[in-house]
Amino acid sequence: MSSTTTKITNNGFKYQIRTKLRELLEEVKANKISYLFLAPFGIIFIVFTVIPVFIAIGLSFTYYNMLETPTWIGWQNYIGLFLSDDVFLIAVKNTLVFALITGPLSYMACFFFAWLINELSPRIRSVLTLLFYAPSIAGNAFVIWTTIFSGDAYGYVNGFLLKWGFINEPIQWLLDPQWMMPVVIVVVLWMSLGTSFLVFIAGLQGIDRRLYEAGAVDGIRNRWQELFYITLPAMKPQLMFGAIISITTSFAAALKIIPLVGFPSTDYAGRTIVTHLVDYGNVRFEMGYASAIAVVLFVTMVGAQKLVQRLLRNLDS
Amino acid sequence: MKIKLRSKRVSRSLGGDIALFTILLIFAAFTALPLVLVITNAFKPLNELFIFPPRFFVRNPTLDNFKALSVVMSNSWIPFSRYIFNTLFLSIIGTAGHVIFASMAAYVLSKHRFPGRRVFFATVVLSLMFAPEVLSIPNYLIMSKIGWVDSLTALIIPAWAMSLGLFLMKQFMETMVPDSLLEAAKIDGASEWRIFWQIVMPIVKPAWLTLMILAFQRLWQMVPGQYIYSEEMKTLSYAINQIMQGGRAREGVMAAVSLLMMIVPIVIFVVNQSKVVETMGTSGIKD
Repeated sequence: MSSTTTKITNNGFKYQIRTKLRELLEEVKANKISYLFLAPFGIIFIVFTVIPVFIAIGLSFTYYNMLETPTWIGWQNYIGLFLSDDVFLIAVKNTLVFALITGPLSYMACFFFAWLINELSPRIRSVLTLLFYAPSIAGNAFVIWTTIFSGDAYGYVNGFLLKWGFINEPIQWLLDPQWMMPVVIVVVLWMSLGTSFLVFIAGLQGIDRRLYEAGAVDGIRNRWQELFYITLPAMKPQLMFGAIISITTSFAAALKIIPLVGFPSTDYAGRTIVTHLVDYGNVRFEMGYASAIAVVLFVTMVGAQKLVQRLLRNLDS
Repeated sequence: MKIKLRSKRVSRSLGGDIALFTILLIFAAFTALPLVLVITNAFKPLNELFIFPPRFFVRNPTLDNFKALSVVMSNSWIPFSRYIFNTLFLSIIGTAGHVIFASMAAYVLSKHRFPGRRVFFATVVLSLMFAPEVLSIPNYLIMSKIGWVDSLTALIIPAWAMSLGLFLMKQFMETMVPDSLLEAAKIDGASEWRIFWQIVMPIVKPAWLTLMILAFQRLWQMVPGQYIYSEEMKTLSYAINQIMQGGRAREGVMAAVSLLMMIVPIVIFVVNQSKVVETMGTSGIKD
């Protein structure tokens, strides 16, 4: 008795699924043209962005050296990473310190300077926009910082400090683990006014002027009240988008460390998860292990994003 | 002087204006000085590059560094023009494909209703949340499976589907292209293809100029890395990195190269600045 009822509901369930599928198929057919428009971008995106995520997850459970077929080794790569790879732990620490400092700082700098120049006349504003944005698009120009922070007396910082008697011998800015991170953070901040900065400038210009007039009538007395009660709430969509870009950039900026501090760096002081990944993937060809590093990095980045999105969303309530 | 710079508002105090203006000036100096140093170093003779105490501005400008650069170039394994050709080819084809395909996808994602569009766009937004370096290993494996390793295709095709471009374009179309216009065109019997090219694309001109700039910047500076090993397929940035390996002895040449490399993206941005800002205005993420 009970078996027949399950059979019937089962059949009913199957029937439902089948009609759902048929409906879906018809809808897909009806929208054929939409899929054709989406196809070129969609296929490339799936092949080179979506599928690789799954391949990386799969490979992270294997031993793979590019010559032999991958062998399944379970969680061993992850266990190795967290329990016996001391350099990885240094890399994680450096990455988090780096991202926690440069991420929020560059995000705030992007907003702060967009906000400051928004008050200026259009001509001066566009000159300053160009000036602040230029380092982020100037390509290899950031290598000039190796000259500025060069470890000999010809380096600009050393030269001036020596001349004025602050130090007696040149500081090895890019070799001394104590100085490496601070110098790199300065350089990353220098080039951090990128896409988010433009997004904020645009967002500020899009705010309805009448909101400010209404605010003045309602008793807003200084620029800080205006900022917190009018400007920031009106810009929430841009602030959310800017946060995504700033976080991704601050993690990716770790790659820029390599030319500055050399690879590998002294005592691994400039080592981040990204450089660790490059080391195992492109130098040692331990693809399974490198994939595990990539998965950890992926989870860290997306986790940081979700956390920040939640924070921003809660901020105004 | 400052009153001329901006419109007067009740909420502004003079003290605050002066303080913020000072911060702005300090930061402007911080961003500008290294760029100025690149420019002056490019024109410094050797004895001014290595001098104690170091001097910021050039006293006797010379073109020696650029001449040295052309010597380095003519001594390279393959003609230097090949690197330039590769970079130009890559940047132009990559940018063109990206603008067209991203706009086509953005059009249907913003204006058509079909199953899967939300999931697809959510995936695109998710892909903005991580750096592409994470995918370098699987991407290499896929490239070698398809047989694209060691050809410019490996750099060009993935660039066609950069998610930032699709995102910006979709947000812009959603706000800027009126649905009524599309419906009117449909009633008149225009095909989707025609609507896309003759109605949508002209309206979103600021957005495709922005996409062009972003894609061009990225491709122009692209170092082929793991995908390409033949010397004749490598790019300008790669060649420049090689020159930089020479270290501080090539200080001046390095500055000359950096100067040449940064001029192109900066000039392109200057020309289109207002369009870029207009596009970014619609980029926000609403809950």
